[in-house]
Amino acid sequence: MSQAVHNIPHMADTQAPPAIVLDKVNKWYGAMHVLRDVSLTIAEKERVVVCGPSGSGKSTMIRCINRLETHQEGHIIVDGTELTDDTRALDTIRREVGMVFQSFNLFPHLTILENCTLAPIWVRKMPKADAEELAMNFLTRVKIPEQAKKYPGQLSGGQQQRVAIARALCMRPKIMLFDEPTSALDPEMIKEVLDTMIQLAEDGMTMVCVTHEMGFARQVADRVVFMDRGEIVESGTPLRMFEDPQTDRLKLFLSQILRGH
Amino acid sequence: MQGFPAPDLHARTVGHNDEGGHALAMSGTTADPRLIAARAVPKKALRMSWSDPRFRAIFWQIVIVGIVALIVWYLIGNTNRNLAARHIATGFAFLGRVAGIPIGESLIQYNPAIDTFGRALVIGILNTLKVAVIGVVLATILGTLVGVGRLSSNWLLSKITAVYVETLRDIPLLLQLLFWYALLEALPAPRQALHIGSLIFLCNRGIRVPELVWESADTWALVAFLVGAAGTWLWNRYARQRQEATGRRPAVWPVALLLLIALPLAVWGLLGAPTAVELPVLHGFNFQGGGVISPEYFTLLLGLVLYTATYISEIVRSGIQAVSLGQWEAGGALGLGRGAVLRRIVLPQALRVIVPPMTSQYLNLTKNSSLAIYIGYQDVMSIANTTLNQTGQAIEGIAYIMAVYLTISLSISLFMNWYNARIALVER
Amino acid sequence: MSQTTVDQVTEPGYTAARDRPPTGTTGPWGWARANLFSSWWSTAVTLLLGYLILRFAVSFVAWALINAVWTVPFSPQGVPNTAVCQNAKGIGACWAILPDKYRLILLGRYPYDQQWRPAICVVLFVTLYGISAMRQFWRKELVLIWIGTLGAVGVLMWGGVLGMPLVTEDQWGGLPITLILATFGLAAAFPLSVLVALGRRSTSLPAVKMLCVLYVELIRGVPLVAVLFMASVMFPLFMPDGVNIDKLLRAQVAFILFTGAYLAEVVRGGLQSLPKGQAEAADALGLSYWKKTGFIILPQALRMVIPPLVNTFIGSFKDTSLVLIIGLFDLLTMGTVALSDPPWQSFSTEVYLTLAVIYFVFCFAMSKYSRGLERELARAHRR
Repeated sequence: MSQAVHNIPHMADTQAPPAIVLDKVNKWYGAMHVLRDVSLTIAEKERVVVCGPSGSGKSTMIRCINRLETHQEGHIIVDGTELTDDTRALDTIRREVGMVFQSFNLFPHLTILENCTLAPIWVRKMPKADAEELAMNFLTRVKIPEQAKKYPGQLSGGQQQRVAIARALCMRPKIMLFDEPTSALDPEMIKEVLDTMIQLAEDGMTMVCVTHEMGFARQVADRVVFMDRGEIVESGTPLRMFEDPQTDRLKLFLSQILRGH
Repeated sequence: MQGFPAPDLHARTVGHNDEGGHALAMSGTTADPRLIAARAVPKKALRMSWSDPRFRAIFWQIVIVGIVALIVWYLIGNTNRNLAARHIATGFAFLGRVAGIPIGESLIQYNPAIDTFGRALVIGILNTLKVAVIGVVLATILGTLVGVGRLSSNWLLSKITAVYVETLRDIPLLLQLLFWYALLEALPAPRQALHIGSLIFLCNRGIRVPELVWESADTWALVAFLVGAAGTWLWNRYARQRQEATGRRPAVWPVALLLLIALPLAVWGLLGAPTAVELPVLHGFNFQGGGVISPEYFTLLLGLVLYTATYISEIVRSGIQAVSLGQWEAGGALGLGRGAVLRRIVLPQALRVIVPPMTSQYLNLTKNSSLAIYIGYQDVMSIANTTLNQTGQAIEGIAYIMAVYLTISLSISLFMNWYNARIALVER
Repeated sequence: MSQTTVDQVTEPGYTAARDRPPTGTTGPWGWARANLFSSWWSTAVTLLLGYLILRFAVSFVAWALINAVWTVPFSPQGVPNTAVCQNAKGIGACWAILPDKYRLILLGRYPYDQQWRPAICVVLFVTLYGISAMRQFWRKELVLIWIGTLGAVGVLMWGGVLGMPLVTEDQWGGLPITLILATFGLAAAFPLSVLVALGRRSTSLPAVKMLCVLYVELIRGVPLVAVLFMASVMFPLFMPDGVNIDKLLRAQVAFILFTGAYLAEVVRGGLQSLPKGQAEAADALGLSYWKKTGFIILPQALRMVIPPLVNTFIGSFKDTSLVLIIGLFDLLTMGTVALSDPPWQSFSTEVYLTLAVIYFVFCFAMSKYSRGLERELARAHRR
């Protein structure tokens, strides 16, 4: 079966090896079947937006990619390394994969700068001065260098999320995962975070992003993946997905999203 | 909780200033309100009228303080008359008199025939501190283990720790103390003492343990250990500096092992490695030699530790739970190992939640140690009570009790305030 | 970006959920694997704890039930012959002490033929707690119910009216004393604590605030034993010549002062947790300080502090046992009195365990209730 080819629309264009391969991944919470034969291949520098109703398993899938959740069946290969119980593989992958959470998860007891330098110092073994220079570099890129000495509690939600993005970038990841990065934000702050993400996309980062921001998907995504009830229902370019949905479930979802906005 | 009102007040004053500025801008005739010079708040004269809130405040304060002062004056007057009627002279002269009260255990030399009440009262303080300090350490260890045990994924462990916590919390400490004391008293007499390898003896006269005969080599080994501790601290500092400069952190634990264990052992060995140990030996109806833990002290310590640990375990549990799972995940997603996440991210946050209620539990344990009086361990309360009965100096006795406990409470409060201020600085 | 890509479109119907692959993660065996034997470490803990629990349970059942002595013969003078118990010591419990002494322990030295009176009081107290726990009774009338019940308890215990002979306080004892000290203590300490908490939060009355701080911190800084001790030593000195306060009242006053200081902090916590907007809204309506406090602030703040208030009550219920030091005959003291009877002297374990069960039942019920309420209030608060 040529499903793999089906899955990678740009493979022929980019000629790059896949960054992430999910092959028939299954996961259960107790008796609940939350991921059902999920297969997805993401090429290097590809930007994929995952959408779907809540409880569709999209967050679970993205969290499986850096093993915050463990899958029970199938294979997940990230940057050529298969995710297993082996902790060494896990360490390598977590260095290469950055993650941004819905609830920011900044460390409240550390300054913004310390939030960003913690992992470079303790994981990448960088000298403190270099780590701080790197962190200031990325904080400048997300446009909040002046907040470096403050604590997360003193920042607005949008600023916190941009710090979270800078913090992940400080590890120089090859892949960035975004788990509903704008869902916990007030409407006026969503744009500043999306702008940061668009800039990142333009720089050629491999991105997997769970979001309902359809404008963002249109502008940035190479591919949109629609999930429902733990399975991938439909995927394609944003234009095709939004203008010409093939399945009733996607049509229903799109109508609900549009009504909601 | 004490940290919270301050920001509110601050916010309120800021709000007032804003309103002031706003009002100026609205009513000012100049185009740019910033040009108006800042003025102090105008002082309003106090009106002697019921409609002036400040006048009312002063009136009510005078009334309330006056009533309290009257009551106090009345009670003091009665007390003076009563003392005069009973021919009791107030004052602390009795502290210099020979006490003549027997004291079972003491950290300093005491002979009832020659030593004074003053010395007896000092012994009371030392005995209270002896049970409180060791109790705090043991209760913290047990409480932490139980708190972590309750969060264990092992069903049996989490259930059994829950049962322990729920049961002992809901039974009065005094009842527990009497129960343990009765159990210890029911132990066999020294002749039939229970023993562990003829080294540790358990009988109704307490617990006898082998005691190391302290020699100069031991003192030097202790000095070496302290030097090693200082060295470890310095090495740790050096390691941090190296890491900041180069990114590579020199390993600390081999050096620590060397300095803290190998060095004292080497010093001890070079000085002849004296291993003389005094063993408890049955002699007539009781044991001779060795260290002794009296049944009273053991009961009090056991009761306090078991009781306080239930509260500490709840504090530890909620402290760990207060750090959201998201913090673990964020740390893990950055590539930090579990140990590093625990050390750098979770513990600093959990401790912030844990330390304030923990210190109040330490204070509770210290205050609860006054239950010693019910089982005959001679602490502050107990010796004050005896002194009071012997001399009739009620007010002085009460003053002594108050002074000791309030000093301990105040020290702990001061520590708490210092800690809260430090935390507040780190937080924002 | 090319738009002629081949899309993946799966069947429009739903893929059926599959059962988990058979790794034994469900069913009783699966449960045990997940919760008892998930790792070698967990397995070791389970086996060790299981062994210890089993051993303890077996020896406890043997002692408390199988080898226990339930009755002993009495001499014609009513002196028990406890030889059987002495023989069984260490092997079996001697529960025979309970039928002999339970009335003494529970009701103290109250005249034997009048003991129905303190017994009714115990029932009244328990009913009062039950009513206070029910939310439909959280109205102003609850205060009347408390006053009525406490008054009835006073009439029943003292008597002297309605054909009940007078029984003075020195004859009271057992569970009623414990309940009286704790309940009257709470009832009197509560209004005191509200005033002190308001005084401590006052910004316009610095002298009153100082007094409140001094009271709360002085009392909270010393142990209850010291406060009781002070009450028993200092009260006789404080009173004018010829006036004598009996022990129960001394202890009761000490309890009120002690509980009041702790409750004041609890109430202050409740006041602090109220959003500032509430007070500002009341000010904007032009309410005076007492109207604002009575109608807006307190009803909300007190509702929030009910769980910690119950916890304070549990604490003071346990603390009543300390009145042993001033010679009052509460439940625990009566236990020790029962044990001072020579034939029963060596059976303290049985008595203490029984007392522990009584205290536990009261405290556990209350703490269970307070935790449930806390969750409920937190949920209502979040909404």
